Amino acid sequence: MARIDLVDLAQSYNGNDAPLESFALKPVTMTWRQGGAYALLGPSGCGKTTLLNLISGIVTPSRGQILFDGKDITPLSTQKRNIAQVFQFPVIYDTMTVGENLAFPLKNRGIAKAEVDARVKQIAGLLDLTPYLNRKATRLTADAKQKISLGRGLVRSDVAAVLFDEPLTVIDPELKWQLRSKLKALHRELDLTMIYVTHDQTEALTFADTVVVMHDGRVVQSGTPAELFDKPAHTFVGYFIGSPGMNIVPAEVSGHEARIDGHVIGLHRNYGVLPKAAKIEIGVRPEFVDVAPPASGLLSATIERIDDLGRIQFARVRVGNTKLAARVPPGFSVSGDTAGLVFNPAYVHVYADSHLVEGVA
Amino acid sequence: MDKTINQKAWFLVLPVFLVVAFSAVLPLMTVVNYSMQDTFGNNQFFWNGVGWFKELLDPSTDLGGRFLASLGRNLFFSAVILAIEVPLGIIVALSMPREGWSVAACLVILALPLLIPWNVVGTIWQIFGRPDIGLLGYVLNHLGFNYNYVSNEVDAWVTVIVMDVWHWTSLVALLCYAGLKSIPDAYYQAAQIDGASRWAVFKAIQLPKMNRVLLIAVLLRFMDSFMIYTEPFVVTGGGPGNSTTFVSIELVKIALGQFDLGKAAALSLVYNLIILIVCWVFYTVMTNAGTERKAVAQGEPAAEPKAAAAPRPAGVLKPKEGVA
Repeated sequence: MARIDLVDLAQSYNGNDAPLESFALKPVTMTWRQGGAYALLGPSGCGKTTLLNLISGIVTPSRGQILFDGKDITPLSTQKRNIAQVFQFPVIYDTMTVGENLAFPLKNRGIAKAEVDARVKQIAGLLDLTPYLNRKATRLTADAKQKISLGRGLVRSDVAAVLFDEPLTVIDPELKWQLRSKLKALHRELDLTMIYVTHDQTEALTFADTVVVMHDGRVVQSGTPAELFDKPAHTFVGYFIGSPGMNIVPAEVSGHEARIDGHVIGLHRNYGVLPKAAKIEIGVRPEFVDVAPPASGLLSATIERIDDLGRIQFARVRVGNTKLAARVPPGFSVSGDTAGLVFNPAYVHVYADSHLVEGVA
Repeated sequence: MDKTINQKAWFLVLPVFLVVAFSAVLPLMTVVNYSMQDTFGNNQFFWNGVGWFKELLDPSTDLGGRFLASLGRNLFFSAVILAIEVPLGIIVALSMPREGWSVAACLVILALPLLIPWNVVGTIWQIFGRPDIGLLGYVLNHLGFNYNYVSNEVDAWVTVIVMDVWHWTSLVALLCYAGLKSIPDAYYQAAQIDGASRWAVFKAIQLPKMNRVLLIAVLLRFMDSFMIYTEPFVVTGGGPGNSTTFVSIELVKIALGQFDLGKAAALSLVYNLIILIVCWVFYTVMTNAGTERKAVAQGEPAAEPKAAAAPRPAGVLKPKEGVA
C-alpha cells in the first residue's frame, strides 16, 4: 500500500528524441493517494493503458520518475514493484486449478505453504470462488476467470496498487454490475489503491471517487465525478462526459457577457478581456439550457428533433451552423420549429483554446 | 414427397471410383494376393495361406527374426530421435527472436534442412562423416577419436541419429514457434506481475499453450522416423552388418534384392498396419483431448447457477442518468 507519485513522467514509443507531440504519454505530474479508487477515462489510444503499464513496470518510461511512498521505483522490474494488474482478457494458467492459480503469485515469492493456503482461502471467500477452488480453471466462464485474474492480484497482502485495464470488456452486461460492485466492496474492505482504466464513462463514474480524464496523451482533468460534470477543465471533458455531451459554442466574451451571433448571454463571472488570438468558446451542459417558446430576449434556435430518454427529454437544436442539445422542460410545447434558449448563467463556462478560463466572481 | 430418381449421377461418381480402384484398391489387393502366395520366379505362384504371416511373427524363423530385429531397431530409433528432437525443438523455438528482421533470418535458416531432398541429406552426411575426406570424420579422427561409421555400430547409429536431428529438429522448432507466437502478450505480463520465474513461465504458460502443436510434431516425427529409408540407406546401407537396417530397408532387401514377393508383401502389410494403428491412437488421443474440453465448456453455464442467479445489487450502483 502506497502513495504513488508520477514526476514529469512521459513515454514515447519512437525514442526519446521524437517530437513531444508524438509521445504516447506527454509529461505528467500527479499523485495517487493511498486507498483511492481512481478511474483513468479516455477514448482508445489516449495513452491510458500506457500510463497504467508505466506504473506496473511492463513499460519503462522514456522520461520522468515513479515514486511509491516517496521511493523512486522507476528502474525496478515489475516483479519487484508489488503491483497487481488485471488485464482486458482474463489470464489464467490452464493447467492449474483455481486454487493453484490464486496461490501462484505467492508460491513464486517463496511464501510458506500454510500462509499461502490461508490467503487463498480468504481471497476465494471474498470473490465467491470457494466452491471452485479444486476445479480446473479452464473450465470456468469468462467472469469467473476474470475473478481469478483479480484474485491473483489481491492475494498478495503487500500490493501497492491494483491496476485494472478495462477488465470488464469480455463480461456479459448482466454480470458487469455484479463484478463492479464486487470491486467497490473489495476496495472498501481492503483499503487498496485501485486504478481502473476504461473508456466507458458509466464504469468510470460509478467505480471511482477520482476520475482522471485523458485525451491525446495528456491528463486533461482529474476530479470527482461531480467536478467533471459541473466544471469541465477542458472542452474534451465536457464533450466526453455526459450524454449528450456539453454544448460547445464559439462566442465572443468580454466582461460579464458572451455573444453568440450577436445575441448576448449573461455570465456569472467577469472574464475581463480575453486574448484575441485564442479560440474562444462557451460550454454549457444540455441540462442547464432549456428550450422555451420564442421570445425577443432569447437566443432563437431551430428544433431539429426531440430525444426522449424517459426521465428527461432533450431537444436537438441548431443556432446558425452550431448544433446544441437543450433540456425540454415538462409541459413545453411550441408551434413551428423555432424556439428560444434559456441559459443558466451559473453553469456557462468560458474556454480559450479548449481550456477553461476562470472568471472573477 | 417423391424423391427425384436420377441414375445418371452414377456416371459422375464413376471417374472417382476408377481412380481410387486403380490407384489404391487394385495395388493393395495385389499385395494382399502376393502375401498369401510363394513364387519362384517365372511368374509361377503357389498358395501359402497365412504361412508368411506366421513366419513373420515367429522370431525363430529367418524372416521373423529379421523383421522383429529391424522393428526393434526402428522403435528404438524413433524413441531416441523423439527424445532428442522434441526438447531440442522447444529450446530452439524458445530462444528464437519474437520480432524484428532476425525472425525472418531464423525462419529461413531453420527451413533450409527441410528443403533438402532426403537422399541429398544422406549424401551430405555420408561424405561429411568419412574419416578420409569428410570434415567431421577427419577432424574427429585427427582429435584422436576412432570414428568410423562404416565399421563401428555405435558410430553408425550416432551418425544416423545426428543426421536425423539435423534434418528434422527444424520442423519441431517451427511448429513450436508457431504455438509460442499465438500466446497473447497479456500472459507474459501477468506472469511478470505474478513474479513468475523463467521456468514457471515455461511450465505454466508456454508448455500448456504448445500442447496441440507438440502433439502434431510428435505424430509427424514418429511416423517419419518409423518409415525412414533413404537417409540411413545412403549413409550406411543398413550396416555395419545389420545394425542400422530398419524395417523399410529390410523390406526393400526382401522385395527387390531377393525378389521374395510373398514375404515382402506380408511384411509390408504388417508394417502398414502398425503405422495405421499408431496413427489411429494418436488421432484418437488428439480428438478426445479436444472434445473433452469442448464438452466441459458447454456444461459450464449450467454448473454456475449461483453466480448468475445472485440478486443484482439494486439501484445502489446504477449510473445516475444525469451524470452519466
